[in-house]
Amino acid sequence: MSEQERIQKQRTERTADTAAEVSVDTTKGEQLKAELDDLLDEIDEVLEENAEEFVRNYVQKGGE
Amino acid sequence: MAIAKVLGIETEYGIAGGPDMDPITASSIVVNAYAQQGRMRINWDFHGETPELDARGLPGLTSFAPIVETHLANTVLTNGARLYVDHAHPEYSSPECRTPLEATLFDVAGEEVMRRAVMVANESLNPEHMITLYKNNSDGKGNSYGTHENYLVSRDVDFSYVIRAMVPHFVSRQIIVGAGKLGAETDHAIDADPYFQLSQRAEFFEEVVGLETTLKRPIINTRDEPHSDAERFRRLHVIIGDANLSQVATFVKLGSTALLLAALEDFGPEPFPSAPRHPVRAVRAYALDPTLHAVEICDDDQWRSAWDFQDQLWQLADRYVTQRGGEAVADDGEVTLILRQWRELLDGVRDDTDAVADRVDWVAKLRVVNGIRERYDLGPHDAKLRAIDLQYHDLRPEKSLAQRVGLTKLLDEGAVREAVHNPPRTTRAFFRGQCVARYPDQIAAANWDSVVFDLGEGPLQRVPMLDPLRGTAALTQDLLEVSSTADELLQALDR
Repeated sequence: MSEQERIQKQRTERTADTAAEVSVDTTKGEQLKAELDDLLDEIDEVLEENAEEFVRNYVQKGGE
Repeated sequence: MAIAKVLGIETEYGIAGGPDMDPITASSIVVNAYAQQGRMRINWDFHGETPELDARGLPGLTSFAPIVETHLANTVLTNGARLYVDHAHPEYSSPECRTPLEATLFDVAGEEVMRRAVMVANESLNPEHMITLYKNNSDGKGNSYGTHENYLVSRDVDFSYVIRAMVPHFVSRQIIVGAGKLGAETDHAIDADPYFQLSQRAEFFEEVVGLETTLKRPIINTRDEPHSDAERFRRLHVIIGDANLSQVATFVKLGSTALLLAALEDFGPEPFPSAPRHPVRAVRAYALDPTLHAVEICDDDQWRSAWDFQDQLWQLADRYVTQRGGEAVADDGEVTLILRQWRELLDGVRDDTDAVADRVDWVAKLRVVNGIRERYDLGPHDAKLRAIDLQYHDLRPEKSLAQRVGLTKLLDEGAVREAVHNPPRTTRAFFRGQCVARYPDQIAAANWDSVVFDLGEGPLQRVPMLDPLRGTAALTQDLLEVSSTADELLQALDR
């Protein structure tokens, strides 16, 4: 195998590897996104209704 | 040989509501509600408290000794913990524990204690005065309150070595155990205008070493108050930590720090990575950069990111365990779990944050903040996002976001319920907690290193507990079980 061919082969393998990784990542990403959507639905339900007031009223004295 | 890393966490909870919007009153109501519900009014004994003593010797002229408040609600629980009002917050100080996992259990039990306390308190309050508690460390408006870890360290270790060895860990561990927050609240951080910071606490630190905890907060706190035999022990009081909702994060925070302290005792400071030349700048700069790329110049002229530090420290801890074993910290199984989780969190925050969204608080929080932001197309400063930040730490089960983001649980719920009432069996907290449970009417007061009995006649009798590893179940359970009264116990102890 010539030097040129070897490099070519390496490149092809690397490209193939990368493609495989990308496709795995996409599936995982889709799954995570679906899970996140469900999670956000649940969080939406319990979030304080008046966020502005809730945040404004939370004032602490320093401690320790 | 490294000494046993007896450890625990003190947590000041954020508090809102109450009859006159006064946090001190509200905190007292919460603490007293729990004490009365247990029909138990064991007072805290302030004998032996010396928060003004400095580990470096004479305090500097600019150091102001912390003030111990003695007039506020203050009680000892049957699990060996202390529940009290510290400044304007209810605080749970866990009992002394023998291992990081046990200390995590008693920290989580503290959440349950607070949840029950506030539930009882609210039964007596009008609906508009309901009190809510938050396990966090800042109000987003420039006020911070602490979550302090404590570790037993041999007095033989020179304190300058503690500073030299531990600064790298304390500035960098936030990348895996930070609780995260939106925005900034102190001048220098506001100037940087961050969208999100890794740590709740980092921007509040102003000194490398010092005695204070409420102003000019230091990365290494020098309070030299061992609550034990001062000839043999130090108690390293670590004030630079966030309150974690993730049990795994609490476990890794305690486990990594305990392993590094044990390595320091056995190896000395030499194998530790060189510290950042400007530690305060480093801890703040690392907090401001969730991409983890920020680097800081170190004493050896190398540039290191927080991740670089953590990687080096993990290697050191791993080598320590291989060469010397980890018995000072925990048994083999638990030590292996510490190292494995520490490694996984480190690799996760660098390579694939989603993979650790179930264990790293800042990742879990940021994921939800960004999700809601995208869903509603919100600006970076939208109040709804701030509300998520705050509500992540909300202790109310019906409001807590931390309970909904899918955090991995390390602890069995039954074990947590047990730990609300029963002390660890592995330290002197066992004796303290058992005495409080068995002889409440004959105890005048108790504190970390003694229990004071009042037998009705004669002088008060103090039982000292200067060694945190005495007073364990193995050493005292038989005595306690055959002593139906405190008189009998004291007679048996005299023999």
